[in-house]
Amino acid sequence: MKRNFGKFMMNAIAAGLMVFAMSGNGMAEDTIKMGVAGPHSGDLASYGLPTVNAAKLVVKDINAKGGVLGKQVELVIEDDVCKPEVSTNTATKLASQKVPVVLGHICSGATKAAMGIYKDSKIIAMSPSATNPDLTLSGDYPNFFRTIAHDLTQGDLQVEFAMKTLKLTKFAVLHDKGDYGKGIAEHVKNLLEKNPAAEVLLYEGVTPGAVDYSAIVQKIKRSGAEAVIFGGYHPEASKIVTQMRKKRMDTVFISDDGVKDDTFIKVAGEYAEGVYATGPADVSGNPMGAAATRAHQDEFGSEPGAFFHNAYSAALALLNAIEKAGSTDYDAVVNALRTRDVETPVGKIRFDEKGDAIGVKMSMYQVRDGKYEELK
Amino acid sequence: MDLEYFAELFLGGLTRGSIYALIALGYTMVYGIVELINFAHGEIYMIGAFTALIVASVLGMEFGWTHLGAILLISSLAAMIYSCSYAWTMEKIAYKPLRKAPRLSALISAIGMSLFLQNYVLLAQTSDFLPFPSLIPDWEFWEPYAHVISAPEIAILLVTTIVMILLTFLIKFTKIGKAMRATAQDSSMAMLVGVNVDQIISMTFIIGSATAAIGGVLIASHVGQINFYIGFIAGIKAFVAAVLGGIGSIPGAVLGSLVLGWTESFFTGYISSDYEDVFAFVFLVCILIFRPAGILGRSETQKV
Repeated sequence: MKRNFGKFMMNAIAAGLMVFAMSGNGMAEDTIKMGVAGPHSGDLASYGLPTVNAAKLVVKDINAKGGVLGKQVELVIEDDVCKPEVSTNTATKLASQKVPVVLGHICSGATKAAMGIYKDSKIIAMSPSATNPDLTLSGDYPNFFRTIAHDLTQGDLQVEFAMKTLKLTKFAVLHDKGDYGKGIAEHVKNLLEKNPAAEVLLYEGVTPGAVDYSAIVQKIKRSGAEAVIFGGYHPEASKIVTQMRKKRMDTVFISDDGVKDDTFIKVAGEYAEGVYATGPADVSGNPMGAAATRAHQDEFGSEPGAFFHNAYSAALALLNAIEKAGSTDYDAVVNALRTRDVETPVGKIRFDEKGDAIGVKMSMYQVRDGKYEELK
Repeated sequence: MDLEYFAELFLGGLTRGSIYALIALGYTMVYGIVELINFAHGEIYMIGAFTALIVASVLGMEFGWTHLGAILLISSLAAMIYSCSYAWTMEKIAYKPLRKAPRLSALISAIGMSLFLQNYVLLAQTSDFLPFPSLIPDWEFWEPYAHVISAPEIAILLVTTIVMILLTFLIKFTKIGKAMRATAQDSSMAMLVGVNVDQIISMTFIIGSATAAIGGVLIASHVGQINFYIGFIAGIKAFVAAVLGGIGSIPGAVLGSLVLGWTESFFTGYISSDYEDVFAFVFLVCILIFRPAGILGRSETQKV
């Protein structure tokens, strides 16, 4: 009796599953699914939720105009809490729902963990925010794209700006020994060493959190460097700049997005004046960007958050590529991403064969009167 | 040129060493009396810096930043009083009940106290870096030499020297000092001859944390920023300095701090800052191999 009951249950469950599976198939025929993955809860949620909002706005807009390839677009939203160990589950879930494209993930570590699964399932992922250079440059993930410039492009810009605009030739390159800062600093050092006009007089890592940087500051002074290029974050940068200025040195200080933070100006105060830092180009002048911001204000009643415009652009780029490819076939969509331009809030973009967006720029900023101002 | 560079590194190391010394004094005094490594000492230093920042900001907003000297004095006093009361309470809550317990228990209690105070400041204040106003003014007449050593650095050197002289005087020539030395040598014997050991231990914590608070104000004013985590790193370095000099010995703590400061400064200046910490600790190990009790420490046979 018991056994029969068990069998009955099994059959019932199997039947139920079949119904689900069939309904799933039925849905797939008249909608196009787009996965959205990123931290939607936890302490980094503020980095992920703006992307969800961006995807909702883009999809609402496109569905109102008749959808993609005549089908409505459906979002499948999954949380990865920015953790690599969770993001593999997130990726598996999205793969089992047969999404052809994913908007995400947000954090570089979580993105890397998920990419292997997407690669095996032939899913295209496009991140609005993961800036780790390896994701594209290593060539391991041909299915990865992003609408943000990677970390090393900051180094390119720093060197070009220092040598062409400021006409400097003698450099001290410093970093905080961390992944991010050291990666940029190493890249800068290589670029400078390849250039016969430039001289790297000092290349060193400083100890993060030290009480005092006077020895390294003296060393910079003695080396005769005209400019310091620093890879790292604002706490160390503000200490080094402050001590340099207190030693009456007017050496030019150039740094990265980790320093292009208002906290840097708040902490370094008057000593922050004149410091250069690279960061994503300001897109508030772009009419599409402004329209996206207005749509966000109307729909959600608040200002858009981090990476909103990059995410808006990524969603547009993905859906545009499916439309241009004429299907959700992997090769056709990848081809469309690489060959067809698309107009987005971050500018007119297309992707190179590694997956980086051509047309997404970094800008140089300078602290003037207590504010970062973009230099054109 | 080279001599000037040497002088700059020497003075830089001296300043850095003095910074460590102001914190190391508290470690070494507490260890001398109760043989406890007070890991929460760095946090007392951090609380001192926070108190000074709050008091100085209020005074600055109320009366303007013109009377820097008065603001410095009042905020340092407030920082000292606040830090002392924290240290006093901490000793009563976390260490006194464990005085008879195995020494490891008190050590764990100290680590717990350190984490508690860090997180308490993180939650009650902020996790952000906060700007700290330079409370020590730059003197006009010193301007030609400011690139070698700035006025705030001189102030740090002066204050460290004064604090060390006062402490030596206190311990060598006052009644409290005598009682402290007696407690350090043998606390039960001291109790028998009428020394109030509890009071002496509280006193030690109070004096140690007052110097840490002064250190907090001077260093924060020199570096220009604070957050809840500064006590940990500074505390570890100061602890190393105290061990290097011979923990329990006051001149030892100062000497150890200066040696550590110079080591770091010269190593960074002449070789590389990449391995600054590695080198400092290799140096520590070498000294401890040849002098296990530290430079000025006396190795005593364990009392049975």
